[in-house]
Amino acid sequence: MDRRQFTRAAAGLGAAAALSPFGIVRAQAQKLKVGVILPRSGYLGFIGQSCQKGADLAPGVIKEMLGVDIELMNADFESNVDTARTRAERLIQEGANVLVGPFDSGAAAAIAQVAEQRGVPFVINIAAAPQITEQGYKYVFRNFQTAIDIVRNGLDLIGDLFRATNTVPRTAVYMHVNDTFGQAMTKGIGAMLPARTQLPFKIVDTISYDPAAKDLTVEVSKAKASNADFLLLVCRLNDAIILRREMVKQRWNPMGIVSPGSPGMYEEQYFKTLGKLSEYSISNVPWYNPRAKLTQIVEKAFKKQNPKDNLVFHGLNAGFTFEAILIAADAFKRARSADPKVLADAIRQTNITEKMMLGGPIKFNAKGQVEGIGSACVQNLNLLPTVVLPASAATAKPVFPAPYYKKA
Amino acid sequence: MRRETVLLLGLLLVLLAFPAFAGPYALAVATLILYFAYTGQAWNILMGFAGHLSLGHALYVGVGAYAAGALFFHYGIGPWAGLWLAMLLCMLLGALIGFLAFRFSISGVYFALLTIAFAEFTRVGFDHLDWLGGPGGMFLKVAQRDAWDLASFRGPPLMYYYSILFLCAAAFALCFFLLRTKAGYYWQAIRENEDAARALGIDTFRWKMAAVVLSAAMTSVSGVFFAFYYNNLFPEQVFNIGRSIEIILGPVIGGVGTLFGPVLGAAVLTLLSEAITEALGAFGLEIPGVKQVFYGVVLLGVIVFLPHGIWPALARRLRLRSGA
Amino acid sequence: MSFDLVANVVVAGVLTGLVYGLMALGLSVIFGVVRVVNFAHGEMMTIAMYAATVLFAALKLDPFLSMLPIAAAFFIFGYALQASLINPFITRPEHSQFMLLVAIAIILTNVMLMVFGPDARNVQVDYQLDSFEIGRILVDKARLYGAGAAVAAAAALFAFFKWTLTGKAIRACADNYLGARVVGLNVKRLYALTFGLGAACVAIAGCAMVLLVDVTPPLGPAFTLLAFVIVIVGGLGSMVGALLGGILIGVSEALAGLFIDPSAKSMFSFGLLILVLLFRPQGLLGKRT
Repeated sequence: MDRRQFTRAAAGLGAAAALSPFGIVRAQAQKLKVGVILPRSGYLGFIGQSCQKGADLAPGVIKEMLGVDIELMNADFESNVDTARTRAERLIQEGANVLVGPFDSGAAAAIAQVAEQRGVPFVINIAAAPQITEQGYKYVFRNFQTAIDIVRNGLDLIGDLFRATNTVPRTAVYMHVNDTFGQAMTKGIGAMLPARTQLPFKIVDTISYDPAAKDLTVEVSKAKASNADFLLLVCRLNDAIILRREMVKQRWNPMGIVSPGSPGMYEEQYFKTLGKLSEYSISNVPWYNPRAKLTQIVEKAFKKQNPKDNLVFHGLNAGFTFEAILIAADAFKRARSADPKVLADAIRQTNITEKMMLGGPIKFNAKGQVEGIGSACVQNLNLLPTVVLPASAATAKPVFPAPYYKKA
Repeated sequence: MRRETVLLLGLLLVLLAFPAFAGPYALAVATLILYFAYTGQAWNILMGFAGHLSLGHALYVGVGAYAAGALFFHYGIGPWAGLWLAMLLCMLLGALIGFLAFRFSISGVYFALLTIAFAEFTRVGFDHLDWLGGPGGMFLKVAQRDAWDLASFRGPPLMYYYSILFLCAAAFALCFFLLRTKAGYYWQAIRENEDAARALGIDTFRWKMAAVVLSAAMTSVSGVFFAFYYNNLFPEQVFNIGRSIEIILGPVIGGVGTLFGPVLGAAVLTLLSEAITEALGAFGLEIPGVKQVFYGVVLLGVIVFLPHGIWPALARRLRLRSGA
Repeated sequence: MSFDLVANVVVAGVLTGLVYGLMALGLSVIFGVVRVVNFAHGEMMTIAMYAATVLFAALKLDPFLSMLPIAAAFFIFGYALQASLINPFITRPEHSQFMLLVAIAIILTNVMLMVFGPDARNVQVDYQLDSFEIGRILVDKARLYGAGAAVAAAAALFAFFKWTLTGKAIRACADNYLGARVVGLNVKRLYALTFGLGAACVAIAGCAMVLLVDVTPPLGPAFTLLAFVIVIVGGLGSMVGALLGGILIGVSEALAGLFIDPSAKSMFSFGLLILVLLFRPQGLLGKRT
């Protein structure tokens, strides 16, 4: 090759490199840029901020655990689907190698499309709509239970609860919030409950209510009139509080309030607002294993960053957000590259056994879904959400029926 | 050529060439702007031309979106057929609302409240329609295609950009011609003084109905686009009164009743929103809520100091003939 | 469906309706006189609720006591708002008014978010979850007191408009703007006064409401809508109409929830609104303009 040819080739290579999507070819990327999309304002604001706490402590913990450097790029999609899409685009443009978020199913679907289109892996921290991992996406991963899993685990845990406390309630009144989550749970319960003959109770009345309702007098009146043994409840935070108060006002004291899987009763606001009244409510939800090693590490880091707060109130939100970033970091370590395509392949090979949330190892199936994430029976005891089942992870024994129970 | 025609053609050329030098983020923002510009333009027909304030226009977006979405979801029928069903349903809906309102002489605030009531009623109603997904939402099957598949309206973001650009330009052209026809003059007469118009022998009922129905039909197309661009529909999000307000923000800021107002307004608002986010990020002031406060203050400023919207003032500056 | 159940639900519906009516009272006064579409009404009430929580947290003041200082503060705030920002908009088209108040609402909501954060706030008074037992009916104490405040406020306003000179002057402005100016009334000042009164009503409603509902920044829009529904149904500018409208909405929603589906309650209210707008736009007790 003579000099002229060489110069031309070099120029050609240089031009190609400059125009290539990744600019200058790098040897080994030093940092993983994680785009964290959460709703920190708007009606989901308080949940997004809760999740953010899990994200904020991640870089420190992961540096200690895995020795990799993570840079967080935080974006607020303002509880708005349009904004979720543009924020995702923006993060990718600014160099995010992987996206994590968003808590809301609608936003998750929008971001998933962007991620798939741009070939950037998207690890969902929390979103229960089953359809998201049914679209045949190659770049979307979810480390959270689908609504179907949540119901299944929740119902099974209810059976465990009755067995552990030697109670046999015969009737339940089922109240549920009429939003995307409540509807999915209701379908699941309708499908699975009849088959579970080992559960001793029948649902005598179903009452659905508007998530935005500020007054639930009628609903509670109806529930009280059903004379059911206990209340099976799928709710959100604000309505859970209103319901509990209304129950007191109407002097309705069933055996207990049990959620087969919904937010609300284990959240800090519930305790702060209701005080003693929050006691004994039960939520069967994906939760962290209080005895796991990783949990202790995260708890320490959380306390350092939020001295006035307690991880137990953000267990679900912060825990899953942390694990989502952990997944990204673990893939980065194995892949030794921050190239999104390579990362996605590495994520598909994930097998994390040292984890924080209950359940089997973090392994993605062909649809990008982790199977085998566990749920815990979390009861409000001494003004703290406490794991009472499964026994292997429990830190206290379940109390059912609640002491306030008055036979009608 | 007249100055404004030159500027307009120039703008069109810029928009056509835009994707060539814009990244995917900018493209996404541009698509959003054009979406709101188009929907705002459709709304503008009812307000700017016929003078009736509709605060429930999300109703038509939603019904259009669900109509086309349901056909695709349940029967696999593509958006081109769905489009007709969407337009038909929305025209009927618009006709119903128009008939009820105009027969009973409801106008002004009462008309606005009527439209809100219909939208809210429909929102809660759709939350209970399991066939359409209920509150859990309707998820349309997504197919990532790099090729343009106009038949099922699936393709890269570029395709969506050009589609909405085309819609926007078509709406603009339609309104331009309408304003110069008999319909346009009748509408403007009704808007300025309905009683006087009636005194002149104009059948105000008929023309107001035409405006409502046309506006509804155009807005339904926006809904079809929405359904196939976002691929999931939740009654809470689609029929929300917040959405209705978003639709009217553009035209009101840009200039109600003007042709270019909705486009300008949509552009200004979206860019403003993104700019504030960037600026706050740069200064490290990412406190939740700060952005919306700035946004609200700017909105307030425009409304107080530019009551007819930005476009008329801008047009005067550029020394264009008013009326566009 | 036992009698007890229906009776309890109806009583609760009436009381809750009265509290909502109190909220609508302020809007009725503002809308009825100044003819401004106050789409920031719900946000104003939210601020009042926050004020009550702050006073409670600082001074352990029962909201029924803090009603007076908060109402006074809101009167001044409303007066100032009307005189400065809203006055020029009275003659402007509706969409401008609407957008002005939407902008104000956005600013207010997000300032509240910045100042108070997204978590819900409330007051915790002793009697909050108590109920009176009257026969087989349980009457919620907090609701009963709130309803009492509603009736008292409405009575006071009614007396003001009927028997004081200023009240009559305000009614004159509402009835005939031109005529009022012709006889030399300072319409601008009276409008500001009215807005201030309306705001004070909202404040009282907020203090009553905070015993029933926790306050979060995005609470506003739902209340604004509800207030409009009640005002339209009950009749513009009528004090009794606002309360009656509130009761009607409260009871009908409760019964709809009981016999049909609770989650579809609000469909009923909007349906009612549509019917009223079509067949009796002046509402139950309003005057035909």
